[in-house]
Amino acid sequence: MTRLLKGMLFATTMFAPAGAVLAQDASLTIESWRNDDLSIWQEKLIPAFEAKNPGIKVTFAPMAPTEYNSAVNAKLEAGTAGDLITCRPFDLSLAMFQKGQLSPLNDLDGIGNFSDTAKSAWTTDDGKTTFCVPMASVIHGFIYNKKAFEELKAEVPKTEDEFFALLDKIKADGNYIPMAMGTKDQWEAATMGYYNIGPNDWKGEEGRKALIAGTQKLTDADWVEPYKTLAKWKPYLGDGFEAQTYPDSQNLFTLGRAAIYPAGSWEIAPFKAQADFEMGAFPPPVKKAGDTCYISDHNDIGIGLNAKGKNPEAAKKFLAWVASPEFATLYANSLPGFFSLNSTAVKMEDPLAQEFVSWRQNCKPTIRPSAAIVGRGQPNLDLEMWRVSANVINGTQTPEQAAEETQKGLDSWYKPVK
Amino acid sequence: MATARTSYLRTGLIHLALISYTLIALFPVFLTLVNSFKTRNAIFREPMAIPTPSTFSLVGYETVLKQGDFIGYFQNSLIVTVVSIALVLLFGAMAAFALSEYRFRGNLLMGLYLALGIMIPIRLGTVAILQGMVAAGLVNTLTALVLVYTAQGLPLAIFILSEFMRTVSDDLKNAGRIDGLSEYAIFFRLVLPLVRPAMATVAVFTMIPIWNDLWFPLILVPGEATKTVTLGAQMFIGQFVTNWNAVLSALSLAILPVLVLYVIFSRQLIRGITSGAVK
Amino acid sequence: MTEADNPFEAAPIKRPARWHILVFLAPAFLVYTAIMILPLIETLRLSLYNLADGQTVFVGLANFITLFSDPRLSASFWNALSNNLIFFVIHMLVQNPVGIALAAMLSVSKLRFATFYRTAIFVPTLLSFVIVGFIWKLILSPIWGIAPGMMDWVGLKWAFAPWLGRADSALITVSLISVWQYVGIPMMLIYAALLNIPDEVLEAAECDGITGWSQFWKIKLPLILPSIGIISILTFVGNFNAFDLIYTVQGALAGPDGSTDILGTLLYRTFFGFQNQMGDRSMGATIATVMFLIILAGVSLYLFVIQRRMRRYQF
Repeated sequence: MTRLLKGMLFATTMFAPAGAVLAQDASLTIESWRNDDLSIWQEKLIPAFEAKNPGIKVTFAPMAPTEYNSAVNAKLEAGTAGDLITCRPFDLSLAMFQKGQLSPLNDLDGIGNFSDTAKSAWTTDDGKTTFCVPMASVIHGFIYNKKAFEELKAEVPKTEDEFFALLDKIKADGNYIPMAMGTKDQWEAATMGYYNIGPNDWKGEEGRKALIAGTQKLTDADWVEPYKTLAKWKPYLGDGFEAQTYPDSQNLFTLGRAAIYPAGSWEIAPFKAQADFEMGAFPPPVKKAGDTCYISDHNDIGIGLNAKGKNPEAAKKFLAWVASPEFATLYANSLPGFFSLNSTAVKMEDPLAQEFVSWRQNCKPTIRPSAAIVGRGQPNLDLEMWRVSANVINGTQTPEQAAEETQKGLDSWYKPVK
Repeated sequence: MATARTSYLRTGLIHLALISYTLIALFPVFLTLVNSFKTRNAIFREPMAIPTPSTFSLVGYETVLKQGDFIGYFQNSLIVTVVSIALVLLFGAMAAFALSEYRFRGNLLMGLYLALGIMIPIRLGTVAILQGMVAAGLVNTLTALVLVYTAQGLPLAIFILSEFMRTVSDDLKNAGRIDGLSEYAIFFRLVLPLVRPAMATVAVFTMIPIWNDLWFPLILVPGEATKTVTLGAQMFIGQFVTNWNAVLSALSLAILPVLVLYVIFSRQLIRGITSGAVK
Repeated sequence: MTEADNPFEAAPIKRPARWHILVFLAPAFLVYTAIMILPLIETLRLSLYNLADGQTVFVGLANFITLFSDPRLSASFWNALSNNLIFFVIHMLVQNPVGIALAAMLSVSKLRFATFYRTAIFVPTLLSFVIVGFIWKLILSPIWGIAPGMMDWVGLKWAFAPWLGRADSALITVSLISVWQYVGIPMMLIYAALLNIPDEVLEAAECDGITGWSQFWKIKLPLILPSIGIISILTFVGNFNAFDLIYTVQGALAGPDGSTDILGTLLYRTFFGFQNQMGDRSMGATIATVMFLIILAGVSLYLFVIQRRMRRYQF
């Protein structure tokens, strides 16, 4: 069938000029979903690399993030993808590796600069093969408007009770919307809600691993509790939050209309560019003073080698550079909020980014519970959590129903390895 | 006198209805344009406000012109759209004529076969199409897009045109045959001018999805030299932050060429009638 | 004016060796087959296969059985299908009558500014989905105050609600946005059909004293019935393939809680994947095949039953 197809295609396109691809000795194209970073790559990162590696020309070719997964898969399959592929964490990249589309990188220069945790998002289940160079992780927490806090003489909350007391205070004052979050896009509710505050309840990695092992269920109290907390957020969100989109939330906060923003660290740079007030940040409040705190510190971006790329040698040189401390420093400082995964400590200049990363010292980091292994099947646990978290905040589902639905979905395909 | 008054009243009511609907149609477009000339903060502080000296900003348009070769992108989009429309109209009208004019074995089946394409989104065939284009060496050429859009536009064109061609008088065609015209001459000289309104309609319907398509440019021609406007504008849509100034500016500008094409085509509606009256 | 009940029976003079038919059909047939049909067959045939241990295996109709027996999959399928029917009904009840009415008003002879109206009303249809999604979300947003403000002017503030965010109103709201965007299509097609009616016919009607409304109902409407048939079937096909608008306004998950999920969004999510959900080509192709069969059934009904019975007039 394919041959017939190609034949017919060829027949109908004889009149067309052959699309000659100019073969330079080494030009590399990076496939990415990070449209946001185009200027950083063009102005800072690529010149730094090219200065050291004359003869290699790098192009950063981002596309709309929503199209990335399907577009890059189609291109990999047909052999037109760039030499370097930006890797989503966990199963999406693992699937590419299993199809032979990404090369193993175990012997890459500099891959030793990363801890096993850093590499976990791009390593096979048996822990033997790594196929992407880790680039950055993102941390969750809350960003607040310092001016608003000063006006209200508010303190940064440490416990959940303090947190809700603060929300009540802001609400009573009436000048600010207590918290900028909407449920329309659904992912905000899960990513900035459930995954943000949940680790304190399910005790980070402990709970996450127990879920994978099957010794805990999503219907256990530790997993239902964050939904109960989320359900209490409703009165503190802005009017019509059901139709509030993610950009709406961002704008509400940066225009100074809301006091607190449940955040991911990736907001740091754009918020700095847009807000005309000082900002601070605090980690998810714990239940009782003195409890161990947990934070979501999620491996988010890596970069891999297209197994069918045209310039594997040059591409490996580039990847080795990405694995170097030099890149880590450049990247983390150009994009405050995307924290380096390199074992070499990176000095960051941005105070807000420093604040976020300082939590790593006192709190135990964990990744999003739906990302690894339990996120592999259908229905997709991550998307299910988006949906039910939004429902819980909207009040159309009780925390128990939400938990039950996600567990039921998980049970339908997932059998823990005993 | 009474009839004249009712006719005035009627015309008045018609204008009232049309003006109301025009307002509904244009209000969001007006908002888009107004906001494309404002600073980001002003867009969200007061989306309804007309730009004032303090909020007026061309930053969106400047970003668009600075980032990438937008003139070139427009050119690519225009070439692809116009060539695809031409091919769809020519091939589509020929096939529609064959289907509506001649009785032959498998006519109905052929009609159904050629209509299948409007029932499945062509996007599903992406991988095979891309592989075919790779084999034919057409990746990163505008030809690849033209071929895909021609194939995509044909089913609808044939479907609509064959319906309209059935309304062309048999007497006229038979008279032509008696005058010794070949079937080709009958098609090109007698039938085509009569279905001009339908051709214009098809041209407009074909043009819209082509002009606004993001997917196939992304897959087939992502190269800088062959980028289309829609693909060029998507670079401002980020993962977490979208540069709405730039998106609104780029896409507001992108309306103009299609609007001009629309005006050109929709004039054919009237022309078709006047030429039809001569027959 | 001659009348042909069925074009296939009223075919013109027959001739031997009609090569011209082949010439007329060949270009469209070849391009369409090579670039559209073959790749689509290549994809749809995946509905008969599935991945097992990394190998593609022929599984017969097993995917279809899974689609309709798996409680979760079948629930999403029926949910999408029923939402899609509502989506379609709203278009048939709002978009097409409004489109016909606009075309009828525009075609009134010697109407001033007709070109302006015709162009203005068509502008939304030319817009990119990105703009349509952005601007309507902005207008309907409870935060930035356009819709609430405007409703306040007319004293209707109390009736405002975050429509796009509520499961009971989101589908209707998105359908109406789609109607707003696409009303130009039926308008233009009907307009072309109305202009196609020869003046002699209308003059004859006027001599008989049939004018105004009754002229529209008694003379024009029967004459444009085939075009109304076309717009109905195009609306049906377009609605059952719709995807982009829901995708840009409500996201790929078509929320809240799946309330705006239609077959198109379900198909794209399944076939191409979304976020951390991987694309499932086999199940995607299965859903696509079922959608195709639904649409084919509708189109066949039109082609073989309705179109054949429709009275068609030649001018």
